[in-house]
Amino acid sequence: MSNQGKVDCGRRRLVVATAAVGGVGALGALVPFVSSLLPSERAKAAGAPVEADISKLEAGQMMTVEWRGKPVWIINRTKEMLDTLPKLNDAVADPKSEKNQQPEYARNDTRSIKPEIMVVVGICTHLGCSPSQKFKHGSEEGMAGDWLGGFLCPCHGSTFDFAGRVFKAKPAPTNLEVPPHVYLSDTRILIGDDKKGA
Amino acid sequence: MAGGNFEKYKSDGSLAGNLLEWVDARFPATSMWKGHLSEYYAPKNFNFWYFFGSLALLVLVIQIVTGIFLVMHYKPDAALNANGVPVAFASVEYIMRDVAGGWIIRYMHSTGASAFFIVVYLHMFRGLIYGSYRKPRELTWLFGVGIFLVLMGEAFFGYLLPWGQMSYWGAQVIVNLFGAIPVIGNDLSLIIRGDFVVGDATLNRFFSFHVIAFPLILLGLVAAHILALHETGSNNPDGIDIKEKKDEHGIPLDGIPFHPYYTVKDIVGVVVFLMAFSAVLFFAPEGGGYFLETPNFYPADPLKTPPHIAPVWYFTPFYSILRAMVWNFFGLDAKFWGVVAMGASVVIFAFLPWLDRAPVRSIRYRGPITKVMITVFVICFFILGYLGTQSPSYWGEKISQVCTVFYFAFFLAMPWWSRMDKFKPVPDRVTMK
Repeated sequence: MSNQGKVDCGRRRLVVATAAVGGVGALGALVPFVSSLLPSERAKAAGAPVEADISKLEAGQMMTVEWRGKPVWIINRTKEMLDTLPKLNDAVADPKSEKNQQPEYARNDTRSIKPEIMVVVGICTHLGCSPSQKFKHGSEEGMAGDWLGGFLCPCHGSTFDFAGRVFKAKPAPTNLEVPPHVYLSDTRILIGDDKKGA
Repeated sequence: MAGGNFEKYKSDGSLAGNLLEWVDARFPATSMWKGHLSEYYAPKNFNFWYFFGSLALLVLVIQIVTGIFLVMHYKPDAALNANGVPVAFASVEYIMRDVAGGWIIRYMHSTGASAFFIVVYLHMFRGLIYGSYRKPRELTWLFGVGIFLVLMGEAFFGYLLPWGQMSYWGAQVIVNLFGAIPVIGNDLSLIIRGDFVVGDATLNRFFSFHVIAFPLILLGLVAAHILALHETGSNNPDGIDIKEKKDEHGIPLDGIPFHPYYTVKDIVGVVVFLMAFSAVLFFAPEGGGYFLETPNFYPADPLKTPPHIAPVWYFTPFYSILRAMVWNFFGLDAKFWGVVAMGASVVIFAFLPWLDRAPVRSIRYRGPITKVMITVFVICFFILGYLGTQSPSYWGEKISQVCTVFYFAFFLAMPWWSRMDKFKPVPDRVTMK
């Protein structure tokens, strides 16, 4: 065979076409590998709602339940705790809960269905750490003197008030998320679903 | 030099000679041995700083060997066992307490991770002061930056495996970093985790990346790093090219064969390194809480973040840069810019060969500007590293912001400050200081 200095354009086109078809095939072969990285059917099914019994939750106390592998806090807020909220309207980034971090029924001043009972996902909206309780005032908690109580994320220092509203100029971009929830009775809350009997 | 043509071995008639001749006719054994060792000419003036390349190779071998043995007993399983302890966490405890020799193999591996970063940081510092990244060694440097990136990934994946509190929450934070990328972020972190939270799926895929995928990439990059180095020849503390002055056989006048000269020299380094390494193993295997952090002795609890969380020391400078970003720009959250700054602070090393415009390579022949800039850069790196281990605080944030600004200024302003300096004439031949 002699092909010195001559390129057979027809053959070159065939080579390019073959390589292109092969490339498409190789891309197609990626599909099962990439999809295997996504949550499996079992992981998707595991997000069932959980029920919490708050009959033993005293005023000023907080309990944690696990929903979808995340901590959900239920806080029985005292009147003093609730009184701090309006005072902080200027200090928090989203006082009126305008960003979509709660169901419609929790888009209010206390970010809750019942004013005293706060239900919130205890995961910082910055990078997913779970903030710690800093319920007491000021320096008692090692916070600034004007601290009225709330939560401090240990990872990057974001602070939240008793309604899970994030303070201004903190790394967390939004308020803590209020999960869908519904009262099955006065003392039982279903978290993860807001349609009774569903 | 590497890539040169070496004559194939001619047998002297002995059995071993016949065997080598047989092999050489079928595999480039002699040529590789000569090209990379016995006739690879390295500058004769290597100093202390030139130990860390071979030490990095040694630590890589330690990590691979200890890793192979750890995998024999470790179980990547986040489910709780009969005692309510995650299986993965319990299997590490099992290695530490019940497997004969398991404790020391595990400590070798955990100490090896920190040792790896110590030698790699020193190796990079050497490149920085002697201009080893400059033309024609840009690819050697780029492969090196690749090794550094893969090493960070490898360390990060490995740190999840003991499934302790720090493993869990560290992974949670880092995976969520990807969520900060606009549009695709949330799906990307979902793909990395394989679940809506860090869980069993995450643990298993990190295990797979840690023991298979990343080590393979790492070995490939290390081979490319060394091949590229042997193609151009090594730089030296004077930053001059020894290939410009050769004897009548074409051998650099200032070059000595890597083997036996540097193999023997490096063995001295290995001995000293192993003394320090063993001292940590036997007397401070947790490295004072820096190599193995205390919260990691508690099993992962998805409901409770430890009161103080910090990455392992080798990530803290970059972590501080992440935390230093608290401003929103262009309608994007500070969170996103933190991730961008952290990514950029690592990747920016790749651009060094093109940022440095000084007419000489080595710091020995560069003036006060270079010396001050490099000194302040190293100080900033240490301050950022220290602050990254601490809880967030007002002054910590301000100081880390100043250091972050300098960190980037060091690189981004380099095309100007590297030219403005006063330079000394470089010698014709290497000096033996």
